[in-house]
Amino acid sequence: MASKSPVIETDSLTKVYGTFRAADRISLTIQAGEIFGLIGPNGAGKSTLIKMLTTLLPPTSGSARVAGFDLVADAAHVRAHIGYVPQLLSADGALTAYENLLMSARLYAIPRVIREERIATALKRLDLSASADKLVQSYSGGMVRRLEIAQSMIHEPDVLFMDEPTVGLDPVARRNVWMHIRELRDRLGTTILLTTHLMDEAGELCDRLGVLNAGRLQSVGTPGDLEAVVGPDATLDDVFAVMTGADLNPERASDNVQHSCDSDHSPA
Amino acid sequence: MGRVAAYLTQIQAVADTEIRKLRHDPGELYTRALQPLIWLLLFGEVMAQVKGLNSSGGSYLEFLAPGILAQSVLFAAIFYGIAAIWERDLGVLHRYMVSPAPRSTLVLGKAISSGVRGLTQAIVVYALAFLLGIKLSFSPVDIFGVAALICIGSALFSTFSLIIACIVKTRERFMGIGQVLTMPIFFASNAIYPIDIMPRWLHVISSLNPLTYEVDGLRNLMLADGTSKYGLWLDFGVLFAVTAVLVAIAARMYPRLTQ
Ligand SMILES: Nc1ncnc2c1ncn2[C@@H]1O[C@H](COP(=O)(O)OP(=O)(O)O)[C@@H](O)[C@H]1O
Ligand SMILES: [Mg+2]
Repeated sequence: MASKSPVIETDSLTKVYGTFRAADRISLTIQAGEIFGLIGPNGAGKSTLIKMLTTLLPPTSGSARVAGFDLVADAAHVRAHIGYVPQLLSADGALTAYENLLMSARLYAIPRVIREERIATALKRLDLSASADKLVQSYSGGMVRRLEIAQSMIHEPDVLFMDEPTVGLDPVARRNVWMHIRELRDRLGTTILLTTHLMDEAGELCDRLGVLNAGRLQSVGTPGDLEAVVGPDATLDDVFAVMTGADLNPERASDNVQHSCDSDHSPA
Repeated sequence: MGRVAAYLTQIQAVADTEIRKLRHDPGELYTRALQPLIWLLLFGEVMAQVKGLNSSGGSYLEFLAPGILAQSVLFAAIFYGIAAIWERDLGVLHRYMVSPAPRSTLVLGKAISSGVRGLTQAIVVYALAFLLGIKLSFSPVDIFGVAALICIGSALFSTFSLIIACIVKTRERFMGIGQVLTMPIFFASNAIYPIDIMPRWLHVISSLNPLTYEVDGLRNLMLADGTSKYGLWLDFGVLFAVTAVLVAIAARMYPRLTQ
């Protein structure tokens, strides 16, 4: 792992919609080369935090530095150093994979002399070379995700933000995406901030986790740290249940009748 | 990459993407050819019987053809706002917005692709007009002038549409307001009748309407013996100035769509 230096540093970062605090005074430090997972129920504010950190959403208050630049004052520089895989499948279905990558390469003003090679390498790394000239609307979910990773890495950013990168994928495709995420970190030292509500993904893929609930960052630590806080034999499911007031196991939900993991936890 | 080269490449990223999509699926171009056909054949032939509709001496169809060209360009361009909302809903727009491309390059890229769409409309209208026996000017300078007018008019109205999309933000609301805006732009212009026969208040509105200047320029350049009321300098000047202002506004507002 690269030397310890913060790549993401937020200080009381807050987003308020009307009177509703979607992200509430979040202070978080993420080191270079970490794979950091944000977990929390639907409506916890995961996407809101990621949208602020990718400059899509202006914070209501607080501040942050991303890749060494101030999030608000230096947004254009932040954008040049980050990649983003949105929660929605954002690759353009009406274009081929090659064309999607060409568009990204141009948006990031990658010089023409290295552009084609970059695109070809990206396609190869993410096992898309054979389908490069097919329209993306014919792709499987896993292929679209891999294309999106290729697109968001075309400029070799310092930080990659991924909002629920494996949602809707079958277990094989999911593990395949994990493999590519690890490969990125190992090869380029990319710092990765992802959100998930799959506890196996959180435990296996992430170096550290942050638990978000109702806009507040409840706890931060390695999966092992978080489990230890909750109890000697606790699993991440237990951590999730205790820290967010939800229970992932319906059979054991008797002491938690009010909540279930399927319900939307947005505060009334 | 130098700043200027980067800026142009970023415009190209958006414009070329749109043009590639048109090439993959050109269906919309054919369906869009129907509207001008209907206007010229049905509306044109009937209204040609009405006296007083034509101040310029030629036939009414001749008067109408540039108006219908401007109309088909307007209707194609107004589609851009809803396309932007659509792109937001799909997540495609997020990809633009997290990139370091200046927002003005994104707006200009869309404007240019709208110009390309407009040019395909022009080819259709020229073909129809030719078949209907309208005397067109085929001098290279005039053709180039028409192409320039089409591009700038498309850029203007697509950017206007983008601004509306940034304000209303949802497809449903855009559908509602899109109709409400397009009709007055079209009818409160010189597209299908001369401004001189309008009541005073409408006359004023029409002379503030950019479409009027587009049609005016087209009447001069498209027809073999065309004339313009305001002069080409004013026509181009108004269209350029309004487009520049709209692009500046749209570049500021575009990020709102993904918030
Ligand atoms: N544009 C918005 N206006 C008002 N409320 C919003 C808006 N976007 C998100 N929210 C609310 O903010 C809360 C957090 O949303 P989000 O960050 O998407 O949660 P998560 O990604 O953790 O599921 C939710 O309750 C959501 O309804
Ligand atoms: Mg979310």
